[in-house]
Amino acid sequence: MSEAWEVVIGMEVHVQPRTRSKMFCGCAIAPLNAAPNTYVCEICEGMPGVLPVINKAAVEACLKTALALECEIPEHTKFDRKNYMYPDLPKGYQISQYDLPMSRNGHLDVDGSRVRIRRVHLEEDTGKLVHAGDKLHKASESFVDLNRAGVPLMEIVSEPDIRSADEAREYAMALRILLRTIGASEADMEKGQMRVEPNISVRRAGNPEFGEKTELKNINSFRALHRAIEYEVKRQVDLIESGGTVQQETRGWSEAEQRTFKQRSKEDAEDYRYFPEPDLPPLRLDRAWIEKLRRELPELPAVRRTRLVEEYALPAADAALIASEREWADLFEGAVEKGAPAKATANWIIGEPTARDLSPDFLADIVTLVSDGRINRDQGREVLAESLSTGTSPSAVVSARGLTQESDAGALESIVREVISSNPRAVSDYRAGKRQALGALMADLKKKAPAANPKVANELLQRLLAS
Amino acid sequence: MDLTRLTIGELADLLRAHETSAQELLGLHLERIDDADGDVKAFLRLTPQLAAEQARAADRALKEGTAGPLTGIPMAVKDVLCLSGVETTAGSKILRGFRPPYTGTAVQRLIDAGAVVLGVTNCDEFAMGSSTENSGYFATHNPWGLDRVPGGSSGGSAAAVAAGESVFSLGTDTGGSIRQPAALCGVVGMKPTYGRVSRYGLIAFASSLDQIGPFTRSVEDCAVVLETMAGHDPLDATCADRPNDVRRGLDAGVRGMRLGVPKEYFDVEGMEPGVKQSVQRALRMLEASGAELVDVSLPHTDYGLAAYYIIAPAECSSNLARFDGVKYGMSDQDAQNITEAYMNTRRRGFGSEVRRRVMLGTYALSSGYYDAYYLKAQKVRTLIKRDFDEAFEKCDAIVSATSPTVAFPLGAKTQDPLSMYLCDVLTLGGNLAGLPGISVPCGMSNGLPVGLQVLAPQWREDTALRVARAYEVASGMRVEPALV
Repeated sequence: MSEAWEVVIGMEVHVQPRTRSKMFCGCAIAPLNAAPNTYVCEICEGMPGVLPVINKAAVEACLKTALALECEIPEHTKFDRKNYMYPDLPKGYQISQYDLPMSRNGHLDVDGSRVRIRRVHLEEDTGKLVHAGDKLHKASESFVDLNRAGVPLMEIVSEPDIRSADEAREYAMALRILLRTIGASEADMEKGQMRVEPNISVRRAGNPEFGEKTELKNINSFRALHRAIEYEVKRQVDLIESGGTVQQETRGWSEAEQRTFKQRSKEDAEDYRYFPEPDLPPLRLDRAWIEKLRRELPELPAVRRTRLVEEYALPAADAALIASEREWADLFEGAVEKGAPAKATANWIIGEPTARDLSPDFLADIVTLVSDGRINRDQGREVLAESLSTGTSPSAVVSARGLTQESDAGALESIVREVISSNPRAVSDYRAGKRQALGALMADLKKKAPAANPKVANELLQRLLAS
Repeated sequence: MDLTRLTIGELADLLRAHETSAQELLGLHLERIDDADGDVKAFLRLTPQLAAEQARAADRALKEGTAGPLTGIPMAVKDVLCLSGVETTAGSKILRGFRPPYTGTAVQRLIDAGAVVLGVTNCDEFAMGSSTENSGYFATHNPWGLDRVPGGSSGGSAAAVAAGESVFSLGTDTGGSIRQPAALCGVVGMKPTYGRVSRYGLIAFASSLDQIGPFTRSVEDCAVVLETMAGHDPLDATCADRPNDVRRGLDAGVRGMRLGVPKEYFDVEGMEPGVKQSVQRALRMLEASGAELVDVSLPHTDYGLAAYYIIAPAECSSNLARFDGVKYGMSDQDAQNITEAYMNTRRRGFGSEVRRRVMLGTYALSSGYYDAYYLKAQKVRTLIKRDFDEAFEKCDAIVSATSPTVAFPLGAKTQDPLSMYLCDVLTLGGNLAGLPGISVPCGMSNGLPVGLQVLAPQWREDTALRVARAYEVASGMRVEPALV
């Protein structure tokens, strides 16, 4: 970029709240790869004469999200119809929220900078079109799968407060962590439970006016989000610098070609003719209900991360990782409460993914066994595997298998001597000054004496080599 | 005794005394349909097999002593109410062949109460019209004069009861579509309070106005059918959870009641003198029964029609979007792309009045026009509700003609949509305000029936029914089937 350009990004994120049933009918949410049109009823199929009924669990998930984002929640909210015709939209309108959304004016702090949230509202998903033969314009036939039609969606709209692809990715990841922590959504992008659509424009640094924006769709991962924004920013800057102008349009991200392509221009934009959904009376958002939901919110990830650093002296990176999943953080604090040392506990949770499946008691047990030197780390891994498969406590596994770490240098000496005599080349390398040869000797030692205390064995090895 | 001329109450007594059977009643009504419906054309489709099963079940219940007031009583259902497995088309070619996979709540409750479904009755396409001439299939004729319309949109249901083809029937009322044909066919017809009867299974015209209601031969019958259909339904968020008290004080009379007479409703455009006289005679009879007539005013009446013809088409433009040829009904298979397929299907499937209203409504909701039309109409709707609230401070119920005219000749208004829209000028206020309203026959003008409308405050069906019942008693009114 030949001049200083400022990137301006606002994010529209669609998230599927965690519910058992669809937004306006009793159909279960279809699992991935369900046969087409097997999770449908007359309501989500848009049969004549059917009526919607609001899913309370979806409303609660949306309200919790709004509360976690510190949004204002009005006394009343209502649903509206967004009218347009498309074969994946069985009623010919989508029930959404227009001018009285479930919430407004919140924020999410990402790495110290604040992204304002314009609104969080609820709506329903559409179905899916499947074209015979990949490409729409060549398709001989198209099929409609309504399994997803009527699945609840929360739409979280930010203000254009994001200034880079990095920040956009951080925002999306922070949002995902928040949603998972509060139990509002699984927010799995690959399962389509979270869809991120950045609105991107560029302007010369210092210019107070926004540039024309484009909206990007079809982004299926955080990595794709980052790449798509970087591509689109460069495209816009190149276009302007070569004398062109950016057109307001919707663009798709092609993962295969790693580029964005035009989908719809502003001129093609439909008039959605929003009007209040007459089949659903306005919804009163009772204050007592809101306060109950607020009280039920768990500690939010940003707060917990800070507390983990302050309370347990964890490194910031460890704290961030542990706080990113509520279950991990609960496990961490549970194990530490049982007496396990904090840093070692964090290492186990971060370094040994299977350890995350242990109960706090068992994790504390195993961490303590290793940090007290009763068993070594390799033994600890074996104990972990056995505890997980049998449900036996780590201490019981250690007793039953008679596992102990050999920390007596006298008892280890004969094995160490054997290692030295059977690895003449490594020994000569070491004595010639190649310190890394020690690693090969230690590896052989571990093989010959799995229960050896590595620290004691290492010291002994060095001492004997030096003599 | 002609069993096709009796009320639900009278037939229920005969059934319980085993002087007739559900299967006999079914046979007699199918015969009557066979005799009369070639002229009247009330029915689009008959469901004799379904009816035979239901009649057999009803006879078992009668034998076992588990019968209720509707057990074995033949009924007819307007073509906008979904009945599982039975072709339901909303009077439109676009839904030809559509068999809903489910039955709507109101119809199901009547079936559960033992009623026997004779068939599906004709109506204006998607309930849009006041004469049943907008049916996608054929026009229905008024049993009192076969060259006359039965009113609409529930003209088939009204004519079936008037002609002795069915003991009662169901209609829907969005701007007067039950009350006006009831008046024109000389039967009782009632639109309940918005939210009294579940709309689940009613093919929507205008969701904020539509209500299902009965056509019967007596006020008591009307109360029985309404009571059976009414009440909370978890499938309709607009259906209220309220006490089912519609029959409260049905026979208590009108002594001491104040009946509001809105001057605006007596001076509407096109009010026929014969209609006005019949209604005034009815009011004097109610006065003689002890009611006090009080003058009330509904000052925004003139704006009601305009507001209605913005709101109803706006909602219909959205409600009818689902008829796109993708999932059910008519579907153009020759189009080159989806837009062309939509246009061909809808152009061929919808009649001209439906297309007119879809276009009106689309326009009224469009960006740049929304505030001037839809929003303004909603404000007028609020004013009209307020008119009624203020009037009901001075009276218990409001009485007027149901329709400014008696049944008009077939074809008289088909070329002039505005004159057709004026048919509903006295009824649509009740829809805009969500009020219950009933029409009862109150004499004849030029040999054709006149209807008296009683409007009551929201949730006061009991009041409307009580006034109507008092008039029925005082006048000795008895609905006699026509065309006999």
